[in-house]
Amino acid sequence: MGDLARFLAANRAQVLDLLGEHMILVGIAVGAAAALGLPLGVIATRDRRIEAGVLGVANVLQTIPSLALFGFLIPVPILGGIGATTAIVALTLYALLPIVRNTHAGIRAIDPAIREAARGMGMTERQLLTRVELPLAAGLIVAGVRVAAVISIGIATIAAAIGAGGLGVYIFQGLAMVDDTVILAGAVPAALLALVADAVLGRVARRLTPPGAPGAPSGIRPA
Amino acid sequence: MAHLDRPHEGADGAASSPAVAFDRAGYALADGRWLVRGLTLEVGARETVVLVGRSGAGKTTALKLVNRLLDPVEGEVRVGGRATAAWDPVALRRRTGWVIQEVGLLPHLAVRRNVGLVPELLGWERERIDARVDELLDLVGLPTAEFGSRRPHELSGGQRQRVGVARALAADPPLLLLDEPFGALDPITRAELQGEFRDLVHGLGKAALFVTHDLREALALGDRVGVMAGGRLAAIETADEFLNSDHPEARALAATFDGGRRGG
Repeated sequence: MGDLARFLAANRAQVLDLLGEHMILVGIAVGAAAALGLPLGVIATRDRRIEAGVLGVANVLQTIPSLALFGFLIPVPILGGIGATTAIVALTLYALLPIVRNTHAGIRAIDPAIREAARGMGMTERQLLTRVELPLAAGLIVAGVRVAAVISIGIATIAAAIGAGGLGVYIFQGLAMVDDTVILAGAVPAALLALVADAVLGRVARRLTPPGAPGAPSGIRPA
Repeated sequence: MAHLDRPHEGADGAASSPAVAFDRAGYALADGRWLVRGLTLEVGARETVVLVGRSGAGKTTALKLVNRLLDPVEGEVRVGGRATAAWDPVALRRRTGWVIQEVGLLPHLAVRRNVGLVPELLGWERERIDARVDELLDLVGLPTAEFGSRRPHELSGGQRQRVGVARALAADPPLLLLDEPFGALDPITRAELQGEFRDLVHGLGKAALFVTHDLREALALGDRVGVMAGGRLAAIETADEFLNSDHPEARALAATFDGGRRGG
């Protein structure tokens, strides 16, 4: 541990650069996954066939080993190649499933009687979505973003293999040099980043979970 | 029961057409099972009609045919003289107050927002909504200052139902639909709310179609009481005549009431 502290202190500027790259990779990927996954999750609750398709594809994407996915993307024009773009595309695909799945589950878990009450008061389908379904599902949706962020922070370390930068650079250097200290200089900050993201998004999810929403702590359904 | 003396329809011209008219209306599930069949019934502009019957008799289905949560598969239902099929469902629902048991309030919104919801959907100005919410919460005995910012789960069952009634009245709809609104309450709270409801609805001159399985409640609140059985309207009588009806289903219900009658 002393070696690690000395290494990090000596290379502070570079460590911060790599950490910054890492956060940008993950931030863009999770942002894109949320922008795509939220509407997909909502659409999946509206149509049975789309539901099966969307959840199926997202599930399959999740099962592709990450190093292989990076490899597959290298020859793909525009999205692929060597560098950060490819890494962001791959990370987005991984981040998609938890967000789609939680959005879908969060809306599906709402008591149908609440939905009917909202309709019966004269809400349009759009108002039902924005005023009832999304607010009630918000806690679970953010929980999905949280899982997506934690997964992406881990997988992004592999992105260094295709030249995308990030903390993985140290891990691969350390592997090549057979130097534990250098490996840890990449792995430890990445793990800490994941823990921080997990804690922060966990807090947000709890704050956004209204009483009466699916997944709310207790006293959910007054009898 | 002084209100029984009132005519079913108001004297003024606007009120001369019934608030709701079922015209041989029927509703069936996809498997062909009829939930409501051949229902013909009018609710006058200032009248409260209560439908009683066992679970599964088609009472709730009949209510949902009025605000287009369901559409009749035969016959028609007219609201304000116009067939529901010709109404935009959203517009129809915003002018029809709907009170249901328990889950009707949106759990993530404060009491104030729940009550102001329909006016908000109708695009009222903020100040007008606030004034209306204050007025209604006062009316149901839950002043905004104390209760306005609570969430539904922070209220008792009776308080929630009061909020439900306030919400249904918020946009001043000519018609109220009530689906066992007091069903989950303890007997004392229930009796209180029934009394408040009767004063409120009659005082405001609303038409109301009310569904319950409790005959005592039906007789206390209804100008007329209809008995539903197997999806059909088996009998409809004024509240006074009801106990003398010789229809079997009405007699069966009246029999359940005898004990309560001696007690009360």
